[in-house]
Amino acid sequence: MDQKRRNFLKVAGISTLAGLGATTGIGRLVDGAQTALAATGEADAAPQQAAADQAANNAPCVTRYGMLIDARKFREDSSLGEKVMRACHIEHNVPQLPNKKDEIKWIWMTHYENAFPEQETLYRDQANAEFTLPVLCNHCDNPPCVRVCPTKATFRDENGIVIMDFHRCIGCRFCMAGCPYGSRSFNWYDPRPYIDPASLNKAFPTRTRGVVEKCNFCAERLRVGLQPACVEACGDSKAMVFGNLNDPESEIRQMLKQHHTVQRNPSMGTLPSVFYIV
Amino acid sequence: MYDRGKIIIGLVVFVLLVTIPFFYNRGATKAAPELVMPTNSKSCVLPATEMRAKHMQLLNVWRDEVVRDGDTSSIVIEGKAYPKSLQLNCMECHTSKVNFCDKCHDYSSVRPYCWDCHIAPVE
Amino acid sequence: MFEKALKGNNYYWMWLAFLGFIVAIGGICYLRQYFYGLGITGMSRDVSWGLYISQFTFLVGVAAGGVMLVLPFYIHNFKAFGRITILGEFLAISALLMCMMFIMVDLGQPLRALNVMLHPTPNSMLFWDMVVLMGYLFLNILCGWVILTAERKQVAPPKWIYFFVYLSIPFAFSIHTVTAMLYCGLPGRHFWLSAIIAPRFLASAFAAGPALIVIMALILKRVANFDAGKEAIDKMVTIIIYAAIANMFFLGLEFFVGYYSQVPGHTHTLEYLFFGLEHHGHMYNNLVPFMWAFLILFVIGIALVSYPGTRRGNDLWLGAGCASIFIAFWLDKGIGFVLGGFVPNPLNEITEYYPHLNELLITAGVWAAGFFVLTILYKIAIGVEHEIEA
Repeated sequence: MDQKRRNFLKVAGISTLAGLGATTGIGRLVDGAQTALAATGEADAAPQQAAADQAANNAPCVTRYGMLIDARKFREDSSLGEKVMRACHIEHNVPQLPNKKDEIKWIWMTHYENAFPEQETLYRDQANAEFTLPVLCNHCDNPPCVRVCPTKATFRDENGIVIMDFHRCIGCRFCMAGCPYGSRSFNWYDPRPYIDPASLNKAFPTRTRGVVEKCNFCAERLRVGLQPACVEACGDSKAMVFGNLNDPESEIRQMLKQHHTVQRNPSMGTLPSVFYIV
Repeated sequence: MYDRGKIIIGLVVFVLLVTIPFFYNRGATKAAPELVMPTNSKSCVLPATEMRAKHMQLLNVWRDEVVRDGDTSSIVIEGKAYPKSLQLNCMECHTSKVNFCDKCHDYSSVRPYCWDCHIAPVE
Repeated sequence: MFEKALKGNNYYWMWLAFLGFIVAIGGICYLRQYFYGLGITGMSRDVSWGLYISQFTFLVGVAAGGVMLVLPFYIHNFKAFGRITILGEFLAISALLMCMMFIMVDLGQPLRALNVMLHPTPNSMLFWDMVVLMGYLFLNILCGWVILTAERKQVAPPKWIYFFVYLSIPFAFSIHTVTAMLYCGLPGRHFWLSAIIAPRFLASAFAAGPALIVIMALILKRVANFDAGKEAIDKMVTIIIYAAIANMFFLGLEFFVGYYSQVPGHTHTLEYLFFGLEHHGHMYNNLVPFMWAFLILFVIGIALVSYPGTRRGNDLWLGAGCASIFIAFWLDKGIGFVLGGFVPNPLNEITEYYPHLNELLITAGVWAAGFFVLTILYKIAIGVEHEIEA
């Protein structure tokens, strides 16, 4: 009798422990996957508009930076794209590599059909067939790259920017497979010889070989009250508008209210923070 | 003892392998390096002895605070603000990587990878 | 028991020397890569994983395949597997070592590998993959060693070991499931984003793993005078046949979903792998020969291991059949699955992958290192068997 009771208690105790372990484990798993969603309040708010409204109302983080790109302006002024790319790549010491396969790019110009492959049409209008628009990291509200990174080398900072800690990155390139926008580049070898010493920005580090890099929304410039380099390069053209998506009074929110905008591949559920007027 | 010959040869090889660094560096002992101290500033964020022992931990803490926590506050000593940055703060006073960082690092044979990314002052 | 590995005939030493030579070449090539960076591989911004990760994925399956011996023997008390269960466990050990080496050579910053443990991240499947791979490696070393030691002393293995033996069974399933989850949880990679990836991985693993064990058993019969027994081989071949057919069934389902629904994302990669994908007037088809070789080898292999005349009549034909299936599934998972998944890239552009010579030699080196370990482990296991018989 006593023996039986003892055994029962043992089994009960162990299974309780196991159960507790499992729930906390799963809890952590889900937490980890969804911390990024915290800004939108409800994880499963299916329509993005609802999610965005909630973000504005009861957002735990005050700031969620976003960008509005007016592709029409890039069509009107064909030199603008080059200016924007140069500004970014010089600011961040992005190397110009000779081989396309090794390319490193933070912001670049691409065709409409490449930026929005899910928006295929049978008869393309001339504008979209010929002209290009800038693409960059979308700084998703629910970023898959952050979810898959095994070391927290890529994470969301307190302003909603998806950022890289180059010291932490082990170069497994899981984030490159995870990003549904192809926004990430890898340093296949030492990039330093491919950075023009004349234009080197001494206030920003270069990268070492074997780490992943991408657009950081100019977090280092935002800290000192500047606009991102690409936005600044656009001058007063309003081709790129940058601001806090969580602030209903911000310029970007006003513009989003006035224009029909699209996001890249929204069906992936990543909730991009970059919007386009096409 | 079985296989005495093999065991002794094995032991000799092992001892030689383990002591390679001593043979390799034989006669190479040097005096501890003399550092050139900055001329434009008298104080540092920590006393010199502490910096000597702990600068690597301090830099790691700064790195995590600035990069990961977004805490970019400066350290203020005697009214002067020191931003938490190797490239933009430390090297303002210790203007020479060759005469400051490298001297001790070479002497103690450590190779930190700071300068793989961060840009050293031009010398 | 290690002393068993130190006595062998000339062929044994020549084989080890041959493998050691390839390991050395691979090592030198790895040093080149270590000091230069992953630039001396065929990987690119668009195809950011190459041979290393695809070999890793395939070898996780080989490691998991060992459970097809452990499970019938320990759960269903299928006595005929008694002699060869150890072959499955030791194969798992060397396959797992190869997996870990492939991960290490794939890292851009290998010295920071411990960051995965220093900063554990439960939302990353790579973290869980590390946990289950380490766990499975530990379990196989423990169980294999304890049971072999007991066998040598001709006593029953200690009771506590059975806890770990039974634990190793769900672990075997989990290693390949979690490896599948590395791929099937990624948005924007349509070919991988399929719930059937994990079952398909398991099916191909349970064919390829036992196929390799059958080949090993047939080789050991010739070179080491070790007979696994007709019944055991026959049962394994049955397992291989069902698992191989299941894999092809799952692949067929992928084809149905893609080509019947006609959703472009679901067909692009299949089209690229099996027929070639046309894009802006250029035909991209560098993996097509591999995929057709996979299909043809599968048909040849399944015919050889199913037809009684070749299955039971002749070891050579049986070995050829198992080798065909093993190579077929290596082409399927060790080449096509990982490399194909990157085509087209998220911006609907196509970059093809051609491995660099240095990368091929490192890959060969890791395989050779795995077989080096496997040879030594099998030498020990068979030495013990012979000692008992003597």
